[in-house]
Amino acid sequence: MAKDLKEKDLKQVAYYPGCALEGTGHAYNRSTKAVGKALGLELVEVKDWNCCGAMEVKNIDPQVQTYLSARNLTKTEEMGFNVVMAPCNGCYHNLKKAEYDLAQNPQAVEANERISAKAGHHAYRPGGVETIHALDWLKRAVGEEELARRTAGKLKGMKVANYYGCMYTRPRHIFPEKDQGEGSESTYAPHFMDDLLASAGAENVDFPLKTACCGGAHAMSDADTSTQLVLNILTTAEACGAEVIATECPTCHTSLEIHQLRAEKLLGRKTNVKILYFTQLLGMALGLSQRKVGVAENMADPRAYLREKGLK
Amino acid sequence: MPIHEKTLIRPENLVTNDELVIDGVDVSGHWSTFIKPRTITDYNEAMQEEIAALPGGENIHRCWQCGSCTNSCTMNAVNPEFNPRYWIYLIRQGLEEELLRDKDIIWQCVSCNKCTYACPRDVVPEAVMKATAHWLELKGHTSESPSSVFDRGFTDNVLKSGKIEEGHVLRIFFWRTGQPLAPPWLRDLIAGLVKKFPVFYLFNLLKTAVFRPKTRGWGKTGVAIEDYVRERHAEQAQALGLSGKGGH
Repeated sequence: MAKDLKEKDLKQVAYYPGCALEGTGHAYNRSTKAVGKALGLELVEVKDWNCCGAMEVKNIDPQVQTYLSARNLTKTEEMGFNVVMAPCNGCYHNLKKAEYDLAQNPQAVEANERISAKAGHHAYRPGGVETIHALDWLKRAVGEEELARRTAGKLKGMKVANYYGCMYTRPRHIFPEKDQGEGSESTYAPHFMDDLLASAGAENVDFPLKTACCGGAHAMSDADTSTQLVLNILTTAEACGAEVIATECPTCHTSLEIHQLRAEKLLGRKTNVKILYFTQLLGMALGLSQRKVGVAENMADPRAYLREKGLK
Repeated sequence: MPIHEKTLIRPENLVTNDELVIDGVDVSGHWSTFIKPRTITDYNEAMQEEIAALPGGENIHRCWQCGSCTNSCTMNAVNPEFNPRYWIYLIRQGLEEELLRDKDIIWQCVSCNKCTYACPRDVVPEAVMKATAHWLELKGHTSESPSSVFDRGFTDNVLKSGKIEEGHVLRIFFWRTGQPLAPPWLRDLIAGLVKKFPVFYLFNLLKTAVFRPKTRGWGKTGVAIEDYVRERHAEQAQALGLSGKGGH
């Protein structure tokens, strides 16, 4: 199913930012666009996109969530694109899941066709669009060698724990292109973010909670549990020697940030670890200013630390 | 890794008598520990079928009780009482009363999908947890959980506009759960952020709060989805033997 994409196909891709990147994940949106621009990659925003359903709509009705995600794939097709890049783990997961469900589940197909007909657009059929994550995009369109050349090891001396979260790798059946051996992403021990940041000179620490859960789905409705889960992630990252947790999902990022204060209260001391989107780190490694990648928007202020590391 | 087991003997059913003589034999102290007999006569034989009729519950019959779900569970690590394998067992046996003892924590599943990743039988335990939580609400065993309140507010916003505005979703959530203001820790956080004054960000948040994001040409689509949801919820209510109301 996964199409064999040539590098040149990824120089210009459809871009599906999703709701979070227009709100709390604004810095991720800014830094992703800035990194793309610096590397000569073009992002064309999907026209009239809608919410993918996130973690919530599926609990009202899973078929509606499939439809919502599939509508974005239809919109991508209508623009003449066959690749859409979604930097948010939730969006990425849901578009992938819609692709899988529409190929496997007759009930999902029926619901999608029915709602699409009433809404007045053609129903998405699987195989039309490939959904990729911002990590796939940078890894495949640019690659480590080129990044190493462009960044000249600017992240040297920075100890990073790469945090991938839940939605990027689980469940594995919706990601048929993963776990395909050499060069592909692993669902058990993902490494694309590690590879990209290492090529910019960062030192990746051995972090066992790469795919642990931050409790993001219940960040508000079950705040105590989320705080407990975030506390685990923060203290484990610290114990592994990390100075920075690199994130690739606005829900994880926001959840880590908003629960950091509470977690610190529970712990009785400050945690010594900064939380930054991997695109913010790569952007600064490419010579972009802190302002250009939206560092001031991060809640736990990392500016002094970054200056100390020579990133202006 | 151990398979997380759960004892079926409840501590309150263990009885030790300091002084006890049975048939002329003194069995005081340690030797007189008894388990009070417990007889179950009320099996809810419809329970598995009803949960399987709700979205996500479809594959519950496939479970062979290996325990991989509980073993990998994020919530089980936080609270050992959170035990998907055990709940699936109870549902399949029709042990409703036992299940109801845990009715207030089942909704806490964080949907991390570790269980779905680990399950060798494609039960999709994550979805079964959601279906079970949903069943408890529909049957009136529990009131609507905070998570369901959040899901409903979120979905309403999506169906109306095509996109969500996070601030709006949060306000609706705090309002509906009887917290007219955001919790103090969240307010402190926002105040801290405003002090740093990231112009773009604050401007952006203000903009989305005033001009709610909306997908162009959404109107018809939202109505089409609402129709579909209404129909499905009526079907589910019928499968659960609930007359008339659509559930949500």
